[in-house]
Amino acid sequence: MEFWVDPIKVIFEWLMLTLTGWGLSGELAVVIVDLLGIIALIMGAMLLDIMLVWVERKVVARFQGRLGPNRVGPWGLFQPFPDIIKLIIKEDTTPVGADKLVFNLAPILSLASVIFLWAVLPLASTIVGVDLNVGLLYLVAAGAIGTLSIIMAGWSSNNKYALLGAYRMVANMVSYEIPMVVALLIPTVLSGTMSLKGITLAQSNVWFVVLSPLGALLFLIAAIAELGRSPFDLNEGESEIVSGFHIEYSGMKFGLFYAGELLHAFTFGAFIGVMFFGGWQWPLPWGEKYALVGIFNVLAKGMFFYWVIMWIKYTVPRIRIDHMLAFNWKFLTPLAFVLLMVTAIVHALFMNMAPWLYTLAMFLANVLVGWVTLEILRSNARKQRVAVEAPQPVAQH
Amino acid sequence: MQNPWMYVGLFLLVGVVIPIAPILFSALIAPKKPNPIKQSTYECGIETVGESWVQFKAQYYVFALVFLVFDVETVFLFPWAMALNAQNPVVMPAFVAVEGIIFILILLAGLAFTWRKGMLEWV
Repeated sequence: MEFWVDPIKVIFEWLMLTLTGWGLSGELAVVIVDLLGIIALIMGAMLLDIMLVWVERKVVARFQGRLGPNRVGPWGLFQPFPDIIKLIIKEDTTPVGADKLVFNLAPILSLASVIFLWAVLPLASTIVGVDLNVGLLYLVAAGAIGTLSIIMAGWSSNNKYALLGAYRMVANMVSYEIPMVVALLIPTVLSGTMSLKGITLAQSNVWFVVLSPLGALLFLIAAIAELGRSPFDLNEGESEIVSGFHIEYSGMKFGLFYAGELLHAFTFGAFIGVMFFGGWQWPLPWGEKYALVGIFNVLAKGMFFYWVIMWIKYTVPRIRIDHMLAFNWKFLTPLAFVLLMVTAIVHALFMNMAPWLYTLAMFLANVLVGWVTLEILRSNARKQRVAVEAPQPVAQH
Repeated sequence: MQNPWMYVGLFLLVGVVIPIAPILFSALIAPKKPNPIKQSTYECGIETVGESWVQFKAQYYVFALVFLVFDVETVFLFPWAMALNAQNPVVMPAFVAVEGIIFILILLAGLAFTWRKGMLEWV
């Protein structure tokens, strides 16, 4: 019974007993067991990544009215494995004049930056790689490495399209990190901690999406932009700069970019689940107690938001770069800061009141901010429409 | 492990090694038959003219400057968000909130200034 409550602890103790029984010192045994745990966690993430290839292809096919992979295994479930074999046995070309070191480092960092995120993702109440007290900052820092890898890839390829893709990624990065960090500040204000486990525990009564629905929406938009997925996939833009930064990559190096992108989307989905949708908790019992139920909850929430991100990707067309920057600097950033200020004020005023009053005040404040934003947008649109429809002065001859 | 950052260091090490493995494996078994045409820079069938690392006009230079200001600011905002929930507050939480809001407003004034100056337009 104890195994189902906390399997990691049981396995840890068993391995420690075995290793110290072999005559290893306690500290060395801890390092070895931790190393095994890390490898198991990353391998689990990689296995998930392989299955995400199937999910992605199948869901895209459904959105586009096709069947998708359906030949290899039941429902085409084993399709990713031939894909991987194909990528591995493909010739790997390096364009002439490329900066070799940076060129080879970029795909590795692209996938590694996503793997780094799994170190702080709380999978269940007892299963978390490491519960850092600055988990949110770690999240932002590791995410920035992914952006960096795209810039490295674009610059080192010695290709004009790739360089354009890298430049667009810089524009993407300098804008969408601000709303994302501010959106991360909202759970910090609400829970008073930056550790992801602490944030999850603070949602045991009310999920933060009820307290701050706008914050969750802001984080979702900023995360999609950070991922470089449509409608913000300017750095790829296959119809204008022929897939941009990874144009010169072939074989397994391209595969790493692809795997990194899919896992990145899923990981951010899981983080939305952890920060705004209660992580391992669910309305039914056992989410807290049994590790397997907790893992199921986190992965199910991650999969749901992965699906939402895909839904947006295959519905919305790519936006223009000036629109993207204007959307960020003239809309998202002011909105995020206003929301943060309102959240802080309401939190400070109502934090010692009854929980239902606090929840109601938070929710109403969010609704108010959203309503005022919509009204401002509507009046702006009306002004523009009037300006366009106004009779033009007749040209002087 | 005693120090969580030791664990993070170990994680980063393994996290870099695991993506390297498939590349090395691929380098072992994939064919290698390079030729000048195959290795030339791809440009939709046209031969590349001149250098690729040429100068581009980076229109978002001002955006990058504003970004720097806001990015540094957020570093100050995280401790503020923590102080808002302090266990034994020295001052009233509302006071802390107002202080942080004044800080944010000063920075938003900077954003408004840039906006009015027309620097947030794509030229």
